[in-house]
Amino acid sequence: MDLLNALVAFLNFVFIPAAAYGAQLALGALGATLIYGILRFSNFAHGETMAFGTAVTILLTFGLQAMGLTFGPLPTALLALPMGIALTSLLVLGTDRVVYRFYREARAAPVILVVVSMGVMFIMSALTRFLVGVEDIQFTDGARFVINARDFREWSGLEEGLALRTTQLITLVVAGLAVAALFWFLNRTRTGKSMRAFSDNEDLALLSGINPNRVVAVTWIIVAALATTAGVLYGLDKSFKAFTYFQLLLPIFAAAVVGGLGNPLGAIAGGFVIAFSEVVVTYAWKQVVAYALPGEWVPASLLQLMSTEYKFAVSFAILILVLLFKPTGLFKGQSV
Amino acid sequence: MTTLPRATLTNTAAPASNLRPVVLYLAMLMLILVTGFMMGWNYALTIVNMGLISAIMALGVNLQWGFAGLFNVGVMGFVALGGLAAVLVASPPVTDAWAAGGARILAGLALGALTVLALIVVRHRMAAGRSKTLALVLVAVAGFLAARAVLGSGTLAVEAVNPSVSGYLGGLGLPILLAWPAGGLLAAGAAWVVGKTALGLRSDYLAIATLGIAEIILAVLKNEDWLARGVKNVVGIPSPVPQEIVLQQDPDFTARAASIGLDPVIASTLWVKLLYMGLFAAVLLVLLGLAQRALHSPWGRMMRAIRDNEVAAAAMGKNVTSRHLQIFVLGSAVCGIAGAMMVTLDGQLTPGSYQPLRYTFLIWVMVIVGGSGNNWGAVLGGFLIWWLWVIVEPVGQSLFGAISAVLPDGSPVTAHLQDASAHMRLLTMGVVLLLVLRFSPKGLLPER
Repeated sequence: MDLLNALVAFLNFVFIPAAAYGAQLALGALGATLIYGILRFSNFAHGETMAFGTAVTILLTFGLQAMGLTFGPLPTALLALPMGIALTSLLVLGTDRVVYRFYREARAAPVILVVVSMGVMFIMSALTRFLVGVEDIQFTDGARFVINARDFREWSGLEEGLALRTTQLITLVVAGLAVAALFWFLNRTRTGKSMRAFSDNEDLALLSGINPNRVVAVTWIIVAALATTAGVLYGLDKSFKAFTYFQLLLPIFAAAVVGGLGNPLGAIAGGFVIAFSEVVVTYAWKQVVAYALPGEWVPASLLQLMSTEYKFAVSFAILILVLLFKPTGLFKGQSV
Repeated sequence: MTTLPRATLTNTAAPASNLRPVVLYLAMLMLILVTGFMMGWNYALTIVNMGLISAIMALGVNLQWGFAGLFNVGVMGFVALGGLAAVLVASPPVTDAWAAGGARILAGLALGALTVLALIVVRHRMAAGRSKTLALVLVAVAGFLAARAVLGSGTLAVEAVNPSVSGYLGGLGLPILLAWPAGGLLAAGAAWVVGKTALGLRSDYLAIATLGIAEIILAVLKNEDWLARGVKNVVGIPSPVPQEIVLQQDPDFTARAASIGLDPVIASTLWVKLLYMGLFAAVLLVLLGLAQRALHSPWGRMMRAIRDNEVAAAAMGKNVTSRHLQIFVLGSAVCGIAGAMMVTLDGQLTPGSYQPLRYTFLIWVMVIVGGSGNNWGAVLGGFLIWWLWVIVEPVGQSLFGAISAVLPDGSPVTAHLQDASAHMRLLTMGVVLLLVLRFSPKGLLPER
C-alpha cells in the first residue's frame, strides 16, 4: 500500500508536471530545430516569437470572453489559438520578407543571421510588451481539474491524492496532435518532402526544381504555429510573463542540441529529457521516499538535489555533458 | 565555420577617410553637450559615466567578436561577476558571520573543488569503459552531496547572523579600486571554464553555452545569500572618491564652489561625477591602448587570420582553439572590469536588476553599430548607443504626451501610450541594429 502511495505521489509531483513541461519544451524545440535545419541559423528570437504568439492569443481570448464566447470546460484560449497562429504567421512572414530574405539571397554566413535574429528579438519583445505589458497574466478559464485530488483520494482510499489539471491534459493532447500532424506533413506530403530535401541538401533540392521561397514560407508558418502553440500551452499551464519566455530560450536550445540540431525527432526527445531532468533534480523527494521506505530509514532532509531556482543549471549541465561526449546529439543532427 | 560580415557582405561604400573618426567623435561630443544644455549637466555627466563603462564592455565584446569572431551572449554573466568582485573585495568583513559558519563554507567549497579535481583525475587516469563511467558518476554524486551538506550547514549559520543588515560573509575590506582587476580575474576564470568546454565546437554552441552560464551566474548571485546577500542587495559599497555629503561639509570645498558661483550641493554632485569620469576615462584609455597594440601586433594579425579562415590558419600551424580560448578569456575579463566599475559607481550590487537585453544584447548593438573589429568604433558605439538608450525614454514620453494631448481626456489609449513609452527603447535598439546590419554592416567606423 505504501508503494502505491509512493507511486501516486511520484505521478502527481514528478511525472505529470514533467510530462506537460516536456511537451511544451518539445514543441518549442521543434520550431527552433526546423529553423536550424531549413534556414540554417539558431534563431535567438524564438522565445520572443512564442511570447508574441501567446500575447496575441491572450488578447483574442479576452475579446472572445468579452463577447460571451467560451469553450465549455476547455480554456477559451484554445478557440483563439488558430487566429493567434494566423497573426503570428503574418508577423514572421513579414519579418522574413523585410529582414531575413536579404541575407538569404546574399548567402550570408549563418552567424550573421544569428546577429540579425538578435535585432528581430528586440523588436518582437517590444511588440509583445506594447500589446500586453510586462505583468504576470493568467488567462486560463473553464474546468480546473480533470481529476481532483480529493475525489481521487475518496475513490481510491489512498492517503496521497492525484490531481490532473485540465491544462496538463490539454498540453499533452494538443502537443501529441501537433507532432503527429507535423510528422505526417513532413513524411507524406509533397511540400513536406521538399522541405526535408531542402534541409538535407540545399543545392540538390534547388537543382531538382524545388521552389526555395515556398519552402521557406511554409517553414515559417509551421514555426509560427509550433511556437504559438507551445507558448499558449506554457502560459495556460503556468502563467504568461514576457520575460519568462525569453528565459525559455535556454532549455529550448538545450533540448534541440541534446536531440541533435535540425532533427525533429531529436527535438521531441530532447524536450522530455530536459524537462524530466529539471523536475527530478529540483524536486524534494522526501514525500515519495517516506512512503517507499520503512519509517526509520527515511532521512530528515528534504532530499532535494538543488533548489528550484537552479533549474537553468540543469539544462546547462545536460547541454555541457552532451557537448563534451556526443556533440551531434542523441539523434544524429546536422553539423555545419 | 565562422565568417564575418566583411567576408560575406562586402560593403560597396567608399572607403572611410581618416577624417571620419574625428568627425563622428566630435558629433558624439556635440550630442552630449546638447544634452547637457537642454537637460542639465548632472544628467549629461551621468550619461557620460555610464557611457564610459559601456564603452569598456563594448571593447571586451569587440575583442571576442571583432578580432576573433566568437559569439558570446553571456556578457551579462561576466559583468555580474565583476560586480560580485566589488562586494568581495571592498565590503567590510562580517566577523560574526565568519565565526558562525565561515569555516564550514570554506570547507564546503574546498570539497566541491576536490570533487572536480577527482573527476578530472578519474577522467584522465582510468581506462575507458563501463567502470570509468560508473566511477565518474559515483565521484560526482558523492562529492556533490558531501560538499552540499557541509556548505548548507555553514550557509544557514551565516545567513542567521543579523539577516536584516548583513547575513553574509562580507568582503575583504580592501580598497575598492583593487576590485576592478579582481573583477577581471573572476570573469576570466569563469570564461576559461566555459571556453574550455564550448570552444572548438560549432560557433552556435558557444552562444548557447554562454547564454546558459550567464543565467547560472545570476541564479547564484540571486540565491546564495551568504555570498552577497542575494536579492536583498549589498548597499553602501565604499567609494573611491569623496562622498557628496562630506564635500558639502568641507568649508574649503564650499568656499571654492561659492567662488565660481555654484550652490555647494550642485557643485558636490558635479565634482563627484567628474572624479568618476576621470577614473573611468583613465581605465578606458589604458584598455583602448592595449587593445590597439594587440590589434596591430603579430598576435592581432594572427587572430584576424584565424577569424577569416580557420582552416588556412590551422594549416599554417596556428592552434585555433587555444588562441580562441585566450581571446575569449581576455574579452570576458574586460567585461568583468567594467562590471566592477559599474557597481563601484552605483555603490550597490543589485542582482535583480541584471537583464540580458540590457547587459548582453545592448552591448552587442554597441559593437555592431560602432564597427566590429575596430576598437575606436566599439568605443564610439558604446557612447552613442548608451546615449540613445537613455534619451529614447524621455523623448518617447514627450512624443506620446503630445499624441495624448489631442486625444479626449481619460481615453484608454492615453493610459496605454504611457505604459508603451517604457518599451520604446527595445524597439529603437532593434530597428537601429537591423538598419545598420542591412545598410552599413561594417558599422560607423569600419575595420580597415
